[in-house]
Amino acid sequence: MDNMIIVGMADLNTAKSPFALTTLGLGSCVGVALYDAEVKVAGLAHIMLPDSTTFSNNGNAAKFADTATIRLLLQMQRLGAKKTNIKAKIAGGAQMFAFNSNNDSMRIGEKNVEAVLKYLAKHNIPVVANDTGKNYGRTVTLYAEDGRFVIKTIGHGSKTL
Amino acid sequence: MIDWSNLNVNHLDTLKEIANIGAGNAVTSLSKLIGKPIKMRVPTAEMVEFSRIADFLGGPEQIVVGILVQITGDINGMMMFIVRREHASVLISALLQHFCDGMTGDERDTMEMSAMEEIGNILSSSYLGSLSSIINKKAVPSIPFLSIDMANAILSVPAIEFGRVANHALLIESVFETQDNDDVSGYFLLIPDSQSLAIILESLGAK
Repeated sequence: MDNMIIVGMADLNTAKSPFALTTLGLGSCVGVALYDAEVKVAGLAHIMLPDSTTFSNNGNAAKFADTATIRLLLQMQRLGAKKTNIKAKIAGGAQMFAFNSNNDSMRIGEKNVEAVLKYLAKHNIPVVANDTGKNYGRTVTLYAEDGRFVIKTIGHGSKTL
Repeated sequence: MIDWSNLNVNHLDTLKEIANIGAGNAVTSLSKLIGKPIKMRVPTAEMVEFSRIADFLGGPEQIVVGILVQITGDINGMMMFIVRREHASVLISALLQHFCDGMTGDERDTMEMSAMEEIGNILSSSYLGSLSSIINKKAVPSIPFLSIDMANAILSVPAIEFGRVANHALLIESVFETQDNDDVSGYFLLIPDSQSLAIILESLGAK
């Protein structure tokens, strides 16, 4: 566990092999895992909201899908990653409570996923694996060694993407 | 930015008093429901940075039960009651006693979830009723929604809601005294939308 770097809520970080990045208990938030297999550089963001431009309280770039994507790509490039080699895996965006409401804030998981996909597409980053939606939490770990993305849940098994 | 941190120690005392009255009402309702007296200590209320709430519950991956109620009226937003899963089991067995004897596992699970929803519902409604009457604003709770998962995953729902408004949450701790087991702590979060937060703060004289 010495090689494990914890990424908090509304936080992001990068790592080189042999380190791994993990974020605990993603609910409606989305974990964005980026990886350049050639130089073994990994980046993980735990985003909470779709879009920084609709908030005045937007000082934290890691909180929003749009600004977190840019920040994460820049930090990975600083570690030697090439934007054209980076591939994405994403997880989270669950609806934790079974609201039968049309209220948009209750569909936030879904909207976070949509926003992440939109901004990754904007930067031409292909999404090669996706474990999003449903109604349960996920702890995710991205290993810089080989880019594997491990997802653990309570009562819904675990998987490696 | 309007934030709970606008509150000074006097406003916080008022909120504690509101929580105390709410707790009193909750104890009365719960005692009636199970037909024997329940003991609950005077609740504590404090402003906590959102990222720290999971620590009160035993960490980000601790399995917790979250019961969420939506609020509409003069005050809009949500309330959440959160308790560690093993503590929820203690509360449930106190509530159901031998009611589930002879039931199958599935029947028992359904009954226990239903009982837990009801506990969360009673607590939330009691606190909300107390707040509503003291600041003299209408606040109507929805039916309760229950989820069991990792603390961070459950907290992501109010955290996202808070992310729009403020960095601090009003966290009320309710401690139930049980006869056979250790005391059980449940946490209660009030998450008004930004307009409603302004209304609450103004009613408390904090704006």
